[in-house]
Parts: sequence; C-alpha cells; structure tokens
Amino acid sequence: MKYAFFPGCVSRGGCPELYPATKLICQKLDIELQEMPAASCTGAGVLQEKNELLGDTLNARTFAMAEALGLPILTICSTCQGVMSQANHRLKNPEYLAKVNGFLAEEGLEYKGNANPKHLLWVLVEDVGMDKLLSLITRPLAGVRLAPFYGCYIVRPAAALDFEGHPERLESLEKIIETIGATVVDFAGKTRCCGFPILTINERNSMAMVGKHTSEAKDLGADAMITPCPLCHLNLDSFQPKAAAQAGRPIDLPILHMPQAIGLAMGLSAQEMGLKRHIVNTKPLLTKIGAGAS
Amino acid sequence: MDVKLRVQRFDPEAADPKPYWEDFTATIEDNGTVLDALIKVREDTDGTFSLRCSCRSSICGSCAMRINGHAGLACKSQAKDMMIDGVITVEPAGNMPVVKDLVVNFDTFWDKIMAVEPYLKPEGPEPEAEYIASNEAMLHLSDVTSCIMCGACFSDCTVLEVDPSFLGPAALAKAYRFTADPRDGDENGVSKDRLEELTKPSGMWDCTRCMECVQACPKGVAPMDRIMALRDQAIEAGFHNTNGARHTEAFSESVQHSGWLDELRLVPKSLGMTNVSALVGYAPIAIQAITHGKMPPIIHKKIPDSKNVGKIFDKVEGPKKR
Repeated sequence: MKYAFFPGCVSRGGCPELYPATKLICQKLDIELQEMPAASCTGAGVLQEKNELLGDTLNARTFAMAEALGLPILTICSTCQGVMSQANHRLKNPEYLAKVNGFLAEEGLEYKGNANPKHLLWVLVEDVGMDKLLSLITRPLAGVRLAPFYGCYIVRPAAALDFEGHPERLESLEKIIETIGATVVDFAGKTRCCGFPILTINERNSMAMVGKHTSEAKDLGADAMITPCPLCHLNLDSFQPKAAAQAGRPIDLPILHMPQAIGLAMGLSAQEMGLKRHIVNTKPLLTKIGAGAS
Repeated sequence: MDVKLRVQRFDPEAADPKPYWEDFTATIEDNGTVLDALIKVREDTDGTFSLRCSCRSSICGSCAMRINGHAGLACKSQAKDMMIDGVITVEPAGNMPVVKDLVVNFDTFWDKIMAVEPYLKPEGPEPEAEYIASNEAMLHLSDVTSCIMCGACFSDCTVLEVDPSFLGPAALAKAYRFTADPRDGDENGVSKDRLEELTKPSGMWDCTRCMECVQACPKGVAPMDRIMALRDQAIEAGFHNTNGARHTEAFSESVQHSGWLDELRLVPKSLGMTNVSALVGYAPIAIQAITHGKMPPIIHKKIPDSKNVGKIFDKVEGPKKR
C-alpha cells in the first residue's frame, strides 16, 4: 500500500514526536509513504479567512502533485484533512476547478479532480482494515481507558467529509481504541473544539476548553486521551498545566497522538514513540501498559 | 412505526428542580418526524410535557433542540434517520437556561442580535431617489437572510459554552448581513463603524472556527463562514491592530514566503512584537518546549519551489498585497 505523504506543518514543528511515530507504525503496517517535499501548507482554515480561492488553489496544487505520482494522499492531521476535504468538495465544480487550474498552469500542474485525501485514521479503518492492525498488536492495552478526541475538522462539516459514503468514519477512533485492546471512554467533548485556534486571541476561553474536555474525560476514569490531530495535541498537552491552573484543579491526563497509542500496542518503546517530549507525565500510563518509563 | 424517545425533562415547580431523563414510546407514521413523536407524547401520554413548535415545516424556527446531542429542528428530522440503537435522545437547546422541559429562555440570544444593530445604517449624503442595491449583491445575501432565528447555532457554539459574553454565530451572521449590504456604511458600502465594533473582544475574532454552527444550521446560513468573511472585511477596512488580524496576516506571510508555517514566529507576531507583558507570559511555555524538545525549528527552511507558492499568492490576490 503506497500513499503520497502529507505530514502537515505541526508534525515537523510543535509536535515533532508525531512524524517519527507515524513512520514507524506505517513501516509495520506495510504502508509506504512517499513524501511530497514541495507541497505547501493547506492554509489550516486561517488563510481561507483571508482568501478561500487562494487556499483552494494551494490545495489543488498539492492534489495535482499527488495525481502526478499516481498516489492517494495520506495525512496525519485532522485540520489538514478537513481543509483538504473542504477544498476538494468545492473543486468538484468544473468551472471553479478550471479557474483554479488557471493559477497552476505556469508551474506545469493541472488538477484533474481525482484526489482523495485521507487521514491515517481513515486509511486504517477503510484500506488497511482492523484484522491487519489486530495481527500486529503484541502488547494490547488491556485495562487502559482511552478517551477519543477527534478534532473539529475531521468531523465537520459532514457534507465535505463524505460520511454518507463512509459512515464508519464517525466511530473510527473508537474502533482503533478497541482494536489496540483498550477501553473507550465515551464523553460529550470528543467532537468538540480544543480551543487551539483562539490560543493567541482569547487564551482564557482556549484554556477553559482544554480544562473542560480533559477534566471531563479524567473524571470519567480515562487513563489518557487519544487524538488524530496534532493541533489538538498542542493545546491539550502543552497547555494542560495552564488550563489546570485556570480551572483550579489538577488534571494530569496524558494526551497520545493516535500513532503513538498504536505503536505502544505494537510493542514499540516509549522512546521510539517520542513520549519524553510530552508535557503531561506519561509514566503512570506507561507503567499500566507495561511499556516502562521512557 | 413505534419511536422510542429518551427525553431530558425539567420542572421548575418541582420540590427539588433538577433535570431528569424520561423514556417514552410514541406511535407515528413511518415518515414522521421527531417533532411528530414529541407532539404525540404530549397528546397521548403526558399533557404536562412542554415544547415549542408551530409551523412544522422548518420555517418558524420554534422547535430547535438537541437531538442525539446535536442541535437541529425537530420538524426537519425524520424519526427513522435519528434512531441510534433504536432510541432517539432529545434535550433542550444548549447555552440558554431551561424554562421547562424542552422550552428554553431566548433572552440572551435576542440581546446579542440587538447588540449588532440589525438594521441598515447608511452614511454620507442621501441619494436623490432610493438607495440602490444590485441584484448580485442581494443574491449574495440570500443565504444569510435565510436565518430563521431558531437558535440551533447558538445552542452548539463551543465558545458560548465557556464564555457567555461572546456575540455568537447568529448575531455575527446577522452583522454580516449588514456589513455586506452595499446600502450600509459609507458611499462605498464599507461599514467601518460596525466592523470596528465587531473587532472588539467577544466579537468576530473570538470564534474558534469549530464549525458546530455550520453543521447545526438548518437553513444553510453557515454562520462561521460569515464570521470568516467579517474578518476579511475588517482587515480590508484597515483594522489590523488585533491579535486575530495579526495572526491571520502572519500566518499568510509565512506560507507566502516559505510555503509552510513558521510556528515559532507565529506566536509573537500574533501577540504583537511590542506587547511585552503577553510575550513574557509565554516565556514559561517556551522554556517548557525547549526542555522537552518540542521547540519548532529556529531556522525555518523554505520548502523546495516555495517561490511557486509565492507566485500563486500574487496571481490570486493581485500584486498590490505584496
């Protein structure tokens, strides 16, 4: 299985543990990742505030590069997934596509409209299958309670994410949690906002969101939270101490990137999964898993 | 068809008023709606069960409530599509106090609508005859004027959940209905006073772009998209001095010049390079990032062919912005 790899900015920036963890589990899953070094940022919804056409053109450029490779796109960021899906949804309009292609012509690129960007989460559920994943689990996370946290852009708006064609996407993260042997902690906040986009704009509100979701999961008995979105991870992990101080209570809920949780269940070490880079202490969790401390 | 409902109820006159759950079964037509089932409960099972409804055809906006945890109109929701393991869960709309059962108090919703002054405010000399708006301009407003004030977006807004002072999706979409109207504002149709007011705290920049309102709106208003358009209007009108505007512009510049995001420089640029107290406030986070090996690269390398990305900016935005 081969994909054009779109790692996004954050897995190479503020969450550098995500990129190598992804590479390692993909190796085990026989997923071959071909980089697209010249692909740009998706715009993350921020660029689209200023100019939607500009954002869509940059994404069409990436889609055209993947088409030229003859490969489907694999991403590891809920936000990248959502922004690419929305762009692709709008680019279904042939007139709009032609206009966008006009901006790409100078670089010798043309998007034909056949890209199908997929988050690793969706690739696992739809292309790899849970049987294959299960066959690679050597250290099931038995007795570990994991709360799913999707990230807004991989759950809304439904129309752009093709939930009608793929209803399994709605509970994909729960399926992963079960397959790696852990127990799902279902909670209302799992599809809500982590608050990251307003971190530098209204930090108080952003921290209130972090505090609300992490403490809700913690109070329901979660040992950790698992997310397919590195932006959510940045806020929920790096800023959790600040959110706890604002909430006036301890939280101490480790936040795992989805590939890290899978890697640990595949028997990979805490060090290989980059857990030493986490802000919230993961040692009690690792002891429970039997993975030792990093 | 039998419909099983799990309904959150509340009686303010009970000895100890607390929300509680009650299960009902209602028999309705196979193509019936959630509202049909709720009305059936009120008519046949419990006459004290309270809900608001009127038109039953997605026009009046009375029956917004949370169905399976998400806001929508009960009259627009087919019961057979809403069953999860055979049950439909119904709660009152969120972010508003419950009066009784599914009836909520809309006062804060209306206060926010009134706060954006929902009427045209033309400035400058009056025209000789009537104010003229082009067909194209009015057609552009047709989505946002479809709002039926049902409160579904307000119910599910993630910012209102933590900060009741936020203007919220319905009021901001309503504000856009006027800022985008060529008859509002100065002779060029720019609503500078409105936009300045909306850039203040609790306004347009406090939206977290979670799209709950886009998903909840039963009429295609897409409130968040309107809020994004307000932000663009505000920047175009010269209101750059907010963390939000700085964030958007710094993000855009980073992608334009290097092809990807320079996370390290985005934070200080958003806070404002001269905003010493805010910058100092971030020092512990920066130290924590360094000690945990989470600092984004200090030297931000351009992606290969980044100049092609810059050229796309020029072509789409026009060279004036360079």
